Amino acid sequence: MMTCRELVEFLMLYLDGELPLDQRARFDDHLTVCHACVIYMNTYIETVRMGKAACAPLDEPVPDEVPEELVRAILAARDGGVN
Amino acid sequence: MIAISFLPGPRHRATLSAMSLPPHPSPPSADPQEAALLVGLRAGDETAFATMVRTYGGRLLATAQRILGSEDDARDAVQDAFLSAFRSIDRFAGGAKLSTWLHQIVINASLMKLRTRRRHPEEPIEPLLPLFAEDGHHAVSSAGWGEGADDVVARGETRAMVREAIQRLPETYRTVLVLRDIEEVDTTETARLLGVTTNVVKTRLHRARQALKTLLDERFREARR
Repeated sequence: MMTCRELVEFLMLYLDGELPLDQRARFDDHLTVCHACVIYMNTYIETVRMGKAACAPLDEPVPDEVPEELVRAILAARDGGVN
Repeated sequence: MIAISFLPGPRHRATLSAMSLPPHPSPPSADPQEAALLVGLRAGDETAFATMVRTYGGRLLATAQRILGSEDDARDAVQDAFLSAFRSIDRFAGGAKLSTWLHQIVINASLMKLRTRRRHPEEPIEPLLPLFAEDGHHAVSSAGWGEGADDVVARGETRAMVREAIQRLPETYRTVLVLRDIEEVDTTETARLLGVTTNVVKTRLHRARQALKTLLDERFREARR
Protein backbone atom coordinates (compact mmCIF):
# COMPACT_ATOMS: atom_id res chain seq x y z
CA MET A 1 0.00 0.00 0.00
CA MET A 2 1.23 3.46 -0.88
CA THR A 3 2.01 5.70 2.11
CA CYS A 4 0.73 9.24 2.60
CA ARG A 5 4.29 10.50 2.13
CA GLU A 6 4.52 8.82 -1.29
CA LEU A 7 1.11 10.11 -2.28
CA VAL A 8 2.03 13.69 -1.43
CA GLU A 9 5.38 13.33 -3.21
CA PHE A 10 3.72 12.28 -6.47
CA LEU A 11 0.54 14.36 -6.14
CA MET A 12 1.39 16.88 -8.86
CA LEU A 13 2.31 14.16 -11.34
CA TYR A 14 -0.95 12.39 -10.50
CA LEU A 15 -3.01 15.52 -11.08
CA ASP A 16 -1.14 16.24 -14.31
CA GLY A 17 -1.86 12.71 -15.55
CA GLU A 18 1.86 11.89 -15.70
CA LEU A 19 1.91 8.84 -13.42
CA PRO A 20 2.28 5.39 -14.98
CA LEU A 21 -0.94 3.34 -14.84
CA ASP A 22 0.21 0.95 -12.11
CA GLN A 23 1.25 3.82 -9.84
CA ARG A 24 -1.97 5.63 -10.61
CA ALA A 25 -3.94 2.58 -9.50
CA ARG A 26 -2.01 2.45 -6.20
CA PHE A 27 -2.71 6.16 -5.82
CA ASP A 28 -6.44 5.66 -6.36
CA ASP A 29 -6.46 2.73 -3.91
CA HIS A 30 -4.86 4.87 -1.23
CA LEU A 31 -7.37 7.66 -1.74
CA THR A 32 -10.29 5.29 -1.22
CA VAL A 33 -9.09 4.48 2.31
CA CYS A 34 -7.25 7.63 3.47
CA HIS A 35 -9.47 10.58 4.30
CA ALA A 36 -6.46 12.72 5.31
CA CYS A 37 -4.96 12.37 1.84
CA VAL A 38 -8.28 13.19 0.15
CA ILE A 39 -8.40 16.40 2.20
CA TYR A 40 -4.75 17.11 1.39
CA MET A 41 -5.34 16.66 -2.32
CA ASN A 42 -8.49 18.79 -2.35
CA THR A 43 -6.86 21.66 -0.47
CA TYR A 44 -3.80 21.40 -2.76
CA ILE A 45 -6.09 21.85 -5.76
CA GLU A 46 -7.87 24.72 -3.99
CA THR A 47 -4.48 26.31 -3.30
CA VAL A 48 -3.67 26.42 -7.02
CA ARG A 49 -7.10 27.78 -7.85
CA MET A 50 -6.97 30.41 -5.12
CA GLY A 51 -3.51 31.56 -6.19
CA LYS A 52 -4.77 32.10 -9.74
CA ALA A 53 -8.00 33.74 -8.62
CA ALA A 54 -6.30 36.07 -6.13
CA CYS A 55 -3.94 37.38 -8.82
CA ALA A 56 -6.49 37.65 -11.61
CA PRO A 57 -7.70 41.17 -12.41
CA LEU A 58 -11.15 41.73 -10.92
CA ASP A 59 -12.25 44.34 -13.40
CA GLU A 60 -11.73 42.82 -16.83
CA PRO A 61 -11.45 44.28 -19.41
CA VAL A 62 -10.53 47.59 -17.75
CA PRO A 63 -6.75 47.63 -17.28
CA ASP A 64 -5.20 47.97 -13.86
CA GLU A 65 -4.21 51.48 -12.95
CA VAL A 66 -0.67 52.51 -13.74
CA PRO A 67 0.71 55.18 -11.41
CA GLU A 68 1.09 58.48 -13.25
CA GLU A 69 4.56 59.10 -11.82
CA LEU A 70 5.70 55.79 -13.30
CA VAL A 71 4.30 56.80 -16.68
CA ARG A 72 6.21 60.09 -16.48
CA ALA A 73 9.43 58.31 -15.44
CA ILE A 74 9.18 55.89 -18.37
CA LEU A 75 8.47 58.67 -20.86
CA ALA A 76 11.39 60.71 -19.50
CA ALA A 77 13.72 57.69 -19.71
CA ARG A 78 12.61 57.07 -23.26
CA ASP A 79 13.21 60.72 -24.21
CA GLY A 80 16.60 60.57 -22.54
CA GLY A 81 17.52 57.52 -24.58
CA VAL A 82 16.23 58.98 -27.83
CA ASN A 83 17.79 62.42 -27.53
CA MET B 1 -11.50 8.52 -11.13
CA ILE B 2 -10.60 11.97 -9.92
CA ALA B 3 -10.75 14.98 -12.20
CA ILE B 4 -7.28 16.23 -13.03
CA SER B 5 -7.85 18.97 -15.54
CA PHE B 6 -7.64 21.87 -13.11
CA LEU B 7 -4.69 23.54 -14.74
CA PRO B 8 -5.16 25.55 -17.93
CA GLY B 9 -2.89 25.05 -20.87
CA PRO B 10 0.16 27.25 -21.32
CA ARG B 11 -0.65 30.66 -22.69
CA HIS B 12 2.80 31.93 -23.45
CA ARG B 13 4.82 29.64 -25.61
CA ALA B 14 6.81 32.21 -27.53
CA THR B 15 10.32 33.06 -26.49
CA LEU B 16 10.40 35.75 -23.84
CA SER B 17 13.25 37.82 -25.18
CA ALA B 18 12.32 40.87 -27.20
CA MET B 19 15.82 40.89 -28.60
CA SER B 20 15.50 37.37 -29.97
CA LEU B 21 12.44 38.14 -32.07
CA PRO B 22 13.43 38.00 -35.73
CA PRO B 23 13.05 41.18 -37.78
CA HIS B 24 10.30 40.81 -40.33
CA PRO B 25 7.38 42.86 -41.57
CA SER B 26 4.29 42.21 -39.46
CA PRO B 27 0.90 41.49 -40.94
CA PRO B 28 -1.76 44.02 -40.00
CA SER B 29 -3.13 43.51 -36.48
CA ALA B 30 -6.70 42.19 -36.24
CA ASP B 31 -7.40 44.88 -33.64
CA PRO B 32 -7.72 48.27 -35.43
CA GLN B 33 -6.72 50.21 -32.30
CA GLU B 34 -3.65 48.06 -31.81
CA ALA B 35 -2.80 48.33 -35.51
CA ALA B 36 -2.95 52.13 -35.29
CA LEU B 37 -0.85 52.05 -32.14
CA LEU B 38 1.78 49.89 -33.86
CA VAL B 39 1.98 52.28 -36.79
CA GLY B 40 2.62 55.13 -34.36
CA LEU B 41 5.18 53.16 -32.37
CA ARG B 42 7.10 52.17 -35.50
CA ALA B 43 7.12 55.80 -36.61
CA GLY B 44 8.64 56.79 -33.25
CA ASP B 45 5.55 58.76 -32.26
CA GLU B 46 5.77 59.93 -28.66
CA THR B 47 2.00 59.91 -28.17
CA ALA B 48 1.80 56.30 -29.29
CA PHE B 49 4.50 55.36 -26.79
CA ALA B 50 2.63 57.15 -23.99
CA THR B 51 -0.58 55.37 -25.01
CA MET B 52 1.19 52.01 -24.89
CA VAL B 53 2.53 52.75 -21.41
CA ARG B 54 -0.85 53.87 -20.10
CA THR B 55 -2.76 51.01 -21.73
CA TYR B 56 -0.53 48.13 -20.68
CA GLY B 57 1.51 49.54 -17.77
CA GLY B 58 -0.83 48.47 -14.97
CA ARG B 59 -0.93 44.83 -15.97
CA LEU B 60 2.82 44.73 -16.51
CA LEU B 61 3.41 46.31 -13.12
CA ALA B 62 1.22 43.67 -11.48
CA THR B 63 3.21 40.89 -13.17
CA ALA B 64 6.55 42.43 -12.15
CA GLN B 65 5.35 42.84 -8.56
CA ARG B 66 4.35 39.20 -8.35
CA ILE B 67 7.80 38.11 -9.50
CA LEU B 68 9.88 40.65 -7.60
CA GLY B 69 7.83 41.35 -4.47
CA SER B 70 9.26 44.86 -4.15
CA GLU B 71 7.25 47.67 -5.76
CA ASP B 72 10.37 49.76 -6.46
CA ASP B 73 12.06 46.87 -8.25
CA ALA B 74 8.84 46.16 -10.15
CA ARG B 75 8.71 49.77 -11.39
CA ASP B 76 12.31 49.53 -12.58
CA ALA B 77 11.53 46.29 -14.40
CA VAL B 78 8.46 47.81 -16.08
CA GLN B 79 10.50 50.80 -17.18
CA ASP B 80 13.21 48.51 -18.59
CA ALA B 81 10.55 46.45 -20.33
CA PHE B 82 8.92 49.42 -22.06
CA LEU B 83 12.26 50.82 -23.19
CA SER B 84 13.27 47.39 -24.50
CA ALA B 85 9.92 47.05 -26.28
CA PHE B 86 10.26 50.48 -27.83
CA ARG B 87 13.76 49.71 -29.11
CA SER B 88 12.59 46.35 -30.50
CA ILE B 89 9.21 47.34 -31.87
CA ASP B 90 10.33 46.74 -35.47
CA ARG B 91 10.96 43.13 -34.54
CA PHE B 92 7.54 42.60 -32.99
CA ALA B 93 5.92 39.67 -34.77
CA GLY B 94 2.42 40.86 -35.53
CA GLY B 95 0.97 37.36 -35.26
CA ALA B 96 0.98 37.77 -31.48
CA LYS B 97 -0.98 40.32 -29.50
CA LEU B 98 0.97 43.33 -28.34
CA SER B 99 -0.14 42.65 -24.75
CA THR B 100 1.26 39.09 -24.93
CA TRP B 101 4.56 40.33 -26.34
CA LEU B 102 4.86 43.00 -23.63
CA HIS B 103 4.00 40.44 -20.97
CA GLN B 104 6.86 38.26 -22.15
CA ILE B 105 9.25 41.18 -22.12
CA VAL B 106 8.32 42.25 -18.59
CA ILE B 107 8.83 38.70 -17.32
CA ASN B 108 12.31 38.78 -18.82
CA ALA B 109 13.03 42.20 -17.34
CA SER B 110 11.79 41.06 -13.92
CA LEU B 111 13.96 37.95 -13.95
CA MET B 112 16.96 40.07 -14.98
CA LYS B 113 16.26 42.34 -12.02
CA LEU B 114 15.94 39.32 -9.75
CA ARG B 115 19.38 38.11 -10.82
CA THR B 116 21.12 41.43 -10.37
CA ARG B 117 19.70 42.59 -7.07
CA ARG B 118 21.53 41.74 -3.91
CA ARG B 119 20.60 38.27 -2.79
CA HIS B 120 19.82 37.72 0.83
CA PRO B 121 20.09 34.26 2.38
CA GLU B 122 16.78 32.61 1.61
CA GLU B 123 14.46 31.14 4.22
CA PRO B 124 14.32 27.35 3.90
CA ILE B 125 11.08 25.94 2.54
CA GLU B 126 11.19 22.75 4.59
CA PRO B 127 9.26 24.15 7.60
CA LEU B 128 6.34 24.79 5.23
CA LEU B 129 6.28 21.26 3.82
CA PRO B 130 3.98 18.55 5.28
CA LEU B 131 5.19 16.41 8.16
CA PHE B 132 4.99 12.62 8.19
CA ALA B 133 5.26 10.00 10.91
CA GLU B 134 7.91 7.29 10.67
CA ASP B 135 5.39 4.94 9.08
CA GLY B 136 4.82 7.46 6.25
CA HIS B 137 1.37 8.62 7.35
CA HIS B 138 0.45 12.26 7.88
CA ALA B 139 1.77 13.49 11.22
CA VAL B 140 -0.84 16.24 11.23
CA SER B 141 -4.14 15.96 9.41
CA SER B 142 -5.24 19.18 7.80
CA ALA B 143 -8.88 20.15 7.93
CA GLY B 144 -10.81 20.93 4.77
CA TRP B 145 -11.41 24.56 3.98
CA GLY B 146 -15.17 24.24 3.66
CA GLU B 147 -16.03 26.90 1.10
CA GLY B 148 -15.24 26.87 -2.58
CA ALA B 149 -12.17 28.86 -3.53
CA ASP B 150 -14.07 31.08 -5.90
CA ASP B 151 -16.51 32.20 -3.19
CA VAL B 152 -13.75 32.87 -0.71
CA VAL B 153 -11.41 34.65 -3.11
CA ALA B 154 -14.20 36.92 -4.28
CA ARG B 155 -13.77 38.70 -0.96
CA GLY B 156 -11.19 41.42 -1.18
CA GLU B 157 -9.51 40.63 2.10
CA THR B 158 -9.04 37.00 1.13
CA ARG B 159 -7.48 37.98 -2.19
CA ALA B 160 -5.06 40.17 -0.28
CA MET B 161 -4.34 37.35 2.17
CA VAL B 162 -3.55 34.87 -0.63
CA ARG B 163 -1.31 37.39 -2.40
CA GLU B 164 0.52 38.08 0.85
CA ALA B 165 1.00 34.34 1.40
CA ILE B 166 2.50 34.02 -2.10
CA GLN B 167 4.94 36.81 -1.27
CA ARG B 168 5.99 34.92 1.88
CA LEU B 169 7.29 31.98 -0.15
CA PRO B 170 11.08 31.73 -0.49
CA GLU B 171 12.09 33.57 -3.66
CA THR B 172 13.35 30.50 -5.53
CA TYR B 173 9.99 28.83 -5.13
CA ARG B 174 7.81 31.91 -5.45
CA THR B 175 9.36 32.67 -8.82
CA VAL B 176 8.45 29.27 -10.22
CA LEU B 177 4.93 29.35 -8.77
CA VAL B 178 4.28 32.81 -10.20
CA LEU B 179 5.63 31.92 -13.64
CA ARG B 180 3.84 28.58 -13.90
CA ASP B 181 0.56 29.02 -12.04
CA ILE B 182 -0.11 32.74 -12.28
CA GLU B 183 1.58 33.91 -15.48
CA GLU B 184 0.97 30.52 -17.17
CA VAL B 185 4.42 30.18 -18.71
CA ASP B 186 4.91 26.52 -19.65
CA THR B 187 7.40 24.23 -17.92
CA THR B 188 9.93 24.18 -20.76
CA GLU B 189 9.98 27.96 -21.11
CA THR B 190 10.17 28.44 -17.34
CA ALA B 191 13.17 26.10 -17.24
CA ARG B 192 14.84 28.03 -20.05
CA LEU B 193 14.21 31.38 -18.38
CA LEU B 194 15.58 30.22 -15.06
CA GLY B 195 18.46 28.18 -16.48
CA VAL B 196 17.37 24.95 -14.79
CA THR B 197 15.99 21.61 -15.96
CA THR B 198 12.29 20.91 -16.39
CA ASN B 199 12.52 18.43 -13.51
CA VAL B 200 13.81 21.18 -11.23
CA VAL B 201 10.90 23.39 -12.30
CA LYS B 202 8.42 20.62 -11.49
CA THR B 203 9.99 19.91 -8.10
CA ARG B 204 10.06 23.58 -7.14
CA LEU B 205 6.49 24.13 -8.32
CA HIS B 206 5.19 21.19 -6.28
CA ARG B 207 7.06 22.36 -3.18
CA ALA B 208 5.89 25.94 -3.68
CA ARG B 209 2.27 24.81 -3.89
CA GLN B 210 2.65 22.65 -0.77
CA ALA B 211 4.20 25.57 1.11
CA LEU B 212 1.46 27.94 -0.03
CA LYS B 213 -1.13 25.39 1.07
CA THR B 214 0.47 25.26 4.52
CA LEU B 215 0.33 29.06 4.77
CA LEU B 216 -3.32 29.11 3.68
CA ASP B 217 -4.12 26.26 6.13
CA GLU B 218 -2.78 28.47 8.93
CA ARG B 219 -4.79 31.49 7.80
CA PHE B 220 -8.03 29.54 7.47
CA ARG B 221 -7.46 27.96 10.87
CA GLU B 222 -6.95 31.42 12.41
CA ALA B 223 -10.04 32.74 10.63
CA ARG B 224 -12.20 29.95 12.12
CA ARG B 225 -11.15 30.74 15.71
